[in-house]
Amino acid sequence: MSEFASTIKETLLTRFPDASYELDAYQEHNFFLSVGNVHKVIEWLQGEGFNFLTDLTGSHYPDKEGAQFQVVYHIHHLSQNLRLRLKVDLAESSIEIPTITDLYAAANWMERETFDFFGIQFVGHPNLTRILNVDDMDYHPMLKAYALEDETRTDKDDTFFGR
Amino acid sequence: MSELDLQNKKVAPFASSETIDGQIATLNLGPTHPATHGIFQNVLQIDGERILSAEQTIGYIHRAFEKLAEHRPYNQITPITDRLNYCSSPINNMGWHMTVEKLIGAEMPKRVDYMRVIVMELARIADHLVCNSVIGVDTGALTGFTYMFQEREKIYDIYEEICGARLTTNVGRIGGFDRDFNKTFITKLRTFLKEFPKNHDEFGALLERNRIFMDRTIGAGPISAERALNYSFAGPNLRAAGVDYDVRVMKPYSSYEDFDFNIPVGNDGDTYDRFMVRQLEIKESLKIIHQALENLPEGDYHADIPSFYLPPKEEVYSSMEALIYHFKIVMGETPIPKGEVYHSVEGGNGELGYYLVSDGGRNPYRLHFRRPCFIYYQAYPEMIKGSLLSDAILTMSSMNVIAGELDA
Repeated sequence: MSEFASTIKETLLTRFPDASYELDAYQEHNFFLSVGNVHKVIEWLQGEGFNFLTDLTGSHYPDKEGAQFQVVYHIHHLSQNLRLRLKVDLAESSIEIPTITDLYAAANWMERETFDFFGIQFVGHPNLTRILNVDDMDYHPMLKAYALEDETRTDKDDTFFGR
Repeated sequence: MSELDLQNKKVAPFASSETIDGQIATLNLGPTHPATHGIFQNVLQIDGERILSAEQTIGYIHRAFEKLAEHRPYNQITPITDRLNYCSSPINNMGWHMTVEKLIGAEMPKRVDYMRVIVMELARIADHLVCNSVIGVDTGALTGFTYMFQEREKIYDIYEEICGARLTTNVGRIGGFDRDFNKTFITKLRTFLKEFPKNHDEFGALLERNRIFMDRTIGAGPISAERALNYSFAGPNLRAAGVDYDVRVMKPYSSYEDFDFNIPVGNDGDTYDRFMVRQLEIKESLKIIHQALENLPEGDYHADIPSFYLPPKEEVYSSMEALIYHFKIVMGETPIPKGEVYHSVEGGNGELGYYLVSDGGRNPYRLHFRRPCFIYYQAYPEMIKGSLLSDAILTMSSMNVIAGELDA
């Protein structure tokens, strides 16, 4: 791990005690944040020079009690060439998370996409509407509950491979 | 005509922010309009020819790739990636292969890396040729377009020799290539490398220092480096604004660190700079292809990962092991490690990322494409605000917004 990366890690963990850190098997830096401090952490990181929001997306883990949803941020410090992955777990009962559109203009559509597909509410977003799906769609299609194909079909049953 | 004369005629000066008789028109640019080169809708509020605001509607060709990917084995996702940025499919294919290789921890032989570099740089040239010649078309110069599309055809002929396909290439496999470069490929590539620079220079001579073209493009749709970064621009569009961010250099993949090339950057982030950055990148890509072809290492054209890479057909019929591997790969029953990876490649439009979550199952648990188009297209209203309608069209074509990548 580079010197800069360990400084960022130490400072972040001291400033935000409820955050935790993991260096995964692929040598990628993962921070686990809470809904309460995610905006503050990203604001601080942006001040430290993480000026490039690479990606923002969500995932759905219906079996994880109390953490059914996860919002994943990838941010990048261009001059130090350091990438961080920030993860925030959300419970199904309150899928609200502060928006970061005030920090990164790029977050606007990324958050809309995440809302569109997962139903995650980004509080404070200027225009949180569907972006890729039709406006009158009444569900969020990337949830694991929705199968790709109509499950009532019987003509595709295969005893051995389940297709 | 002086401003005073204009006032006497009770016509507001063209550049004024005042409206003509207070009339603001709403113009639907798209969804299908020849000038948008794809299916995008822009609802413009215009005052005369000046744009006051724009609002995009996207998603017209949304094909639910992320959902589809959750229901397909890893090797069947490659054809999906073809349809993201269909102007440079090989980059998407290989980016995906490299993501899976990163997840399973497979090491590629040098030859595979170099072969990939050759194909990816050809794809980059094809992508930039489309964008640049279309900028020409939108400024009224159709000639360059016809010449450069002939060159693009030659690149597609070269693709055909590797994978049999032209547009949606589905080239390569997880673990390398399905076959080695053949003789015709090498001949065609060498002919292309010999003839293309001359033709490309001719195209450049048509436009690069053409006064009309410069007047049309300089200052059209500019964006500052700071705003471009804030909007997470990537690729030529970011470099045109003056930020030298290139994934090939910042996080080299597929042995890009072996090659000597420059990253062209612009100053103003306007249409002309975007055009010029792409022009120069084509030359850099040629340099890379030359180096890769001259130093193409001997060796195997695929990695030794039998549980992911299909065995040769004759072995399938004659050896038990090969038959088992073949069966498991085709049925998608290969064990995949659990884990999460983010891998990015420098696509035709910038950082093309794959965020892959595997739970050990036959399909990805979650796959997210970081599509550069989707991310930077949202800056479009800001870039064209206050400009002329004709500049807005130029801005869009110079940003190289590809509908397939935009909507996934």
